[in-house]
Amino acid sequence: MGLLRKIRTTGRVAEPAPPRPEGQVQPSARQLGGSVQVRCVDAGSCNGCEIEIAAAFNPVYDAERYGARQVASPRHADVALVTGPVTRNMAAPLRRTVAAMGEPRLVVAVGDCAINCGEFAGGYGVEGAVADVVPVDLAVPGCPPEPEAIVAALRRVTGR
Amino acid sequence: MSAIPAALATATALAATGALAGLGLPYRLRVAVVGVLTAGVGVAGGTAGVAALGGSRWRAVYSGLVPLAGAHVAVDALAGLFMAVAGAVLAAVAVYGIGYATGHGAHGLGSRTAQAVLPVFALSLVLVPVAAAVSTFLLLWELMALTSLFLVLAEHRGGHLPLGRSRERGSPSVRQAGTWYAVMTHLGLVLLLAGFALFAAQAGGETFATLRAGAHGIPPTVRGLVFVLVALAFTSKAGAVPLHAWLPRAHPEAPSPVSALMSAAMVNLGIYGLVRTGLDLLGGGPAWWWLGLLAMGGASAVYGILQAAMASDLKRLLAYSTSENMGLVLTGVGASGLFAAHGDKPLAALALAAALLHVVNHAAFKALLFCAAGSVLRATGLRDLDRLGGLRARMPVTAALFALAALGAVALPPGNGFISEWLLLQSLVHGLAVPGVAVAVVLPLSVALIALSTGIAAAVFVKALGVGFFARPRDERAAAAREAPPLMLAGMTLLAAGVVALALVPGLLGHGLDRAVGAVGLPGSGALTWGGLGVRLTDISARLEPLWVVAALTAAIVLATGLPRLYGRRRRRVNARLWDCGGGAPTPRMTYTATSFAEPLQRVFDDVLAPEQDVDVTPVRESAYLVERVRFQHRVPDRIEHRLYEPVLRALASTGRAARRLAGGSVHLYLGYGFAGLVVLLLALVVGW
Amino acid sequence: MRNTIGYAAVVGQVVVLAAGAPLLTGWMRQVRARLEGRAGAGVLQPWRDTRKLLRKEPITPVGTGPAFRAAPALLVATTVVAGALVPLLSTDTPVSGHADLIVVVALVSLGTLALALAGLDTGTAFGGMGASREMTVASLVEPTLLLSVFALSIPAGTTNVPAIVSGAIHSPARLASPAGLLAVAALAVAVLAETSRIPVDNPSTHLELTMIHEAMVLEYAGPDLALVELGAQMRLTLLLGLLSSLFVPWGIATGLSWTSLVVAAVLFAVKVAVLGAVLAAAEVFWAKVRLFRVPELLAGSFLLALLAVTASYFLNGAS
Repeated sequence: MGLLRKIRTTGRVAEPAPPRPEGQVQPSARQLGGSVQVRCVDAGSCNGCEIEIAAAFNPVYDAERYGARQVASPRHADVALVTGPVTRNMAAPLRRTVAAMGEPRLVVAVGDCAINCGEFAGGYGVEGAVADVVPVDLAVPGCPPEPEAIVAALRRVTGR
Repeated sequence: MSAIPAALATATALAATGALAGLGLPYRLRVAVVGVLTAGVGVAGGTAGVAALGGSRWRAVYSGLVPLAGAHVAVDALAGLFMAVAGAVLAAVAVYGIGYATGHGAHGLGSRTAQAVLPVFALSLVLVPVAAAVSTFLLLWELMALTSLFLVLAEHRGGHLPLGRSRERGSPSVRQAGTWYAVMTHLGLVLLLAGFALFAAQAGGETFATLRAGAHGIPPTVRGLVFVLVALAFTSKAGAVPLHAWLPRAHPEAPSPVSALMSAAMVNLGIYGLVRTGLDLLGGGPAWWWLGLLAMGGASAVYGILQAAMASDLKRLLAYSTSENMGLVLTGVGASGLFAAHGDKPLAALALAAALLHVVNHAAFKALLFCAAGSVLRATGLRDLDRLGGLRARMPVTAALFALAALGAVALPPGNGFISEWLLLQSLVHGLAVPGVAVAVVLPLSVALIALSTGIAAAVFVKALGVGFFARPRDERAAAAREAPPLMLAGMTLLAAGVVALALVPGLLGHGLDRAVGAVGLPGSGALTWGGLGVRLTDISARLEPLWVVAALTAAIVLATGLPRLYGRRRRRVNARLWDCGGGAPTPRMTYTATSFAEPLQRVFDDVLAPEQDVDVTPVRESAYLVERVRFQHRVPDRIEHRLYEPVLRALASTGRAARRLAGGSVHLYLGYGFAGLVVLLLALVVGW
Repeated sequence: MRNTIGYAAVVGQVVVLAAGAPLLTGWMRQVRARLEGRAGAGVLQPWRDTRKLLRKEPITPVGTGPAFRAAPALLVATTVVAGALVPLLSTDTPVSGHADLIVVVALVSLGTLALALAGLDTGTAFGGMGASREMTVASLVEPTLLLSVFALSIPAGTTNVPAIVSGAIHSPARLASPAGLLAVAALAVAVLAETSRIPVDNPSTHLELTMIHEAMVLEYAGPDLALVELGAQMRLTLLLGLLSSLFVPWGIATGLSWTSLVVAAVLFAVKVAVLGAVLAAAEVFWAKVRLFRVPELLAGSFLLALLAVTASYFLNGAS
């Protein structure tokens, strides 16, 4: 019964939603109609961005209320959330993952490393930024980006 | 009226010609001629059976045919049902067998002996139900046992390899199967002989008519003894637990058409014998007979299907599934006897009808399953599901037919097995009307065991179809498979037509089944009025119309595929590589095998199955910490065989060894034994009289 | 007129089932979200997902065959037929004579089987794993469903669902009998397992190794996936609806009138929504059971069902 009391006393922890991103919606995401399934790909990240992504889906930021949901298979996904500089070993799997997603599909590069290799630029095991491997539709800068920024980017895809 | 003797005479003549042709003709002609003649035996026998189901009866005595007693024959609707089933299966399987034996060269099923014996076996399958006297019955029974034994041994040289591959020198598993089969079937014969001898002595005659008339005058203990002896023999033939040990050995090792005949026609005769003696000749009996049968039936149903779930040998899986289905039939027969013992004849008739209908349904789908497994075996040389796979693309027709038969075997609509299991469950659910604590305890248990066996059957056949035919080949031999030749496909298509007909319009059988039930003195038509299509029971409100279910399902499928298309934005369907987690194409070794598929179920039933595991680690010579080789062995033995048969066999062997000392090789000693024996006998006579 | 209302009831059942299933899922997610302190995506979200999936590109993975292609439609079709048979709204429809409980249970199992075959058809490790686990669970769930169904059909003297339901409406004492209560418990566990809910399976897991149902459908995309998801949602609605029809039968139309049909539809929505809310709340409190503990749970429910049947035989045999 402890859990029940906890639920009652805690109530709603989700922060109030920021205003809708009118007019900023990605054109290619229009046909998704407010439903976005997300598949995360860690292409070589330091896991900082992963922690922030996890936070974006927690009760406080609650990305799910805007229609985004994480799924287990790229076949089910519309958006690939790619983090980290793409390492040599992850270049081919990243390409395969994006290819496994059905059209329409988007790729969101999360974090500075994903955008321009960040700290790891020029590393011997780094193939390049995400855009060098697969076409990127949206970028979320930051090292790591804050959960709000990730949620805002996802809302530009869901349109809600 | 004269259709039956004419048909039976034709069958006998065809079989005799077939046997001679098998002996005399050269290989190429032999297989075709014998196949056609065997199919003819099937058609003729089937015709006689159908005539009997249509209401014809026939009886005759040929006094010269069997020494002393003469051959008594009679055909009623019950016999007719089993003849019709055997005949239909024979006709289709014989056609299949031509194609099967042709591919093998002059060995295995195509050999002179096998081809000469095959028509005789076929004839015996048709004629066993015709016998109307103990001696005639036992002669035909033994004929069936011996001929089938020959056929089981046909591939003792490892005949199931595809053409062009070197043959093994003898297959020990076939020889072992033959030994088991020979011993168990003859132990059965001994029991039958004892039971019938006792029965005949008490009833004052050996014809079935005398037995029937005299049965009620026999003291109850003797009647009970007769039933136990006879029931043990017949349930062993039907492959019921715990007397099933021969079945999962002999059925897989026999050439596939023979497996089909054994599983679809021969085991049925065990049920026939049980119904004939238990319900007809003995005229029913006290509740404990039938409770015993129910227990055996329930145990066979669950144990059989569990072993099937563990089997990774396709034919062994099917053989255990036969054990399961015979368990279901036995449950029906047991329930019928139990209801009759409590005086509820209409319900008894319903349960028996369900059992007999399941015999028919099982024959249809099991023959098809074994034939399809035979096609796979012939195309790949493999029975091991762990190595098969990907046959859907390589043998599309065989795969489709196997799927059709598997649908029947899992007892889900719209398969044919569902109809008879539905009827069986109905009869058990409505057994409530029957008073008695035993009934109230046993019937829910039976329902539970049937339900459990159906549930596991679904997993079994998903495994057989999904692992064996879908996915990708796990062995180069499976990858090189080719579709079976047309004659084999033709035989299988005939069987498939039967399966479909039974699934959609079981009502066709209605009157025949009523008459068959009526033949054992139960009211055939009281509880059962079968509509033109489907199953309708008058005093019980339950209805099943398979055609309706199929139509509704079809309409719903059209709806489910059509509606989204109307909405969807007609994008072109694209091909994509399998999702491999980005790690490169998965190899066939990564696909789930039959063993891995069954592993969770094996864990669930760990206590029942008692799997054996053996890990053997060999370290390198220099250090105990470096492993050179790990051998892992996993086996799910037949536990009943392990616990029940092996101690007996060991005891027998040790007595044999002990007795060897008595035979020292000295003639004087042997003469001494003879003298001592004579003296003992004379003394016994003196004391006795 | 008589037939019109009857057919309207059948069509109504199917439409309520198909249209309501995503709403029920949305509702359950919403309840769950609120209990977790979230805002939630709204009740309509599953419909948005379905709409989007239907617009997406259909994909055929190389190496899959007819079983993979046909399974989603078959899954939905079996549920639709079962939904037309079960008296969700009315016990007096033109098809109520066919509404046999064994057939309904068998149809639901047929859907499971089709999806398991599709999982094996892909030839991937996850597909096979999902199929194997699903069939293990199903092989224990199906008997439980059948048995608890029997426990209910014994007092009614028939396995016809509408007859059982209308019998229960007229003599509610049947439901409060030990047999009835045991059967509810058994059926409830079976429904959880059959619809892949916590504690048997986690419908929102992303970890392949813990999956049962999800692992089988990892290869589906676009419209095929839409059908699979819709089928799964419809099964949940159907089984919750069946549970409510059997144990809270009041409100289901027994006669033929438009008003009773509308009342029945509203009450059905309320009953299923309440059941769904209870289930969603329970899922917040429970954790998923270890996979190899699941059979123990199912065996327990099988035993309960067996007890229910035995109790039913004894109680009704004595009277």
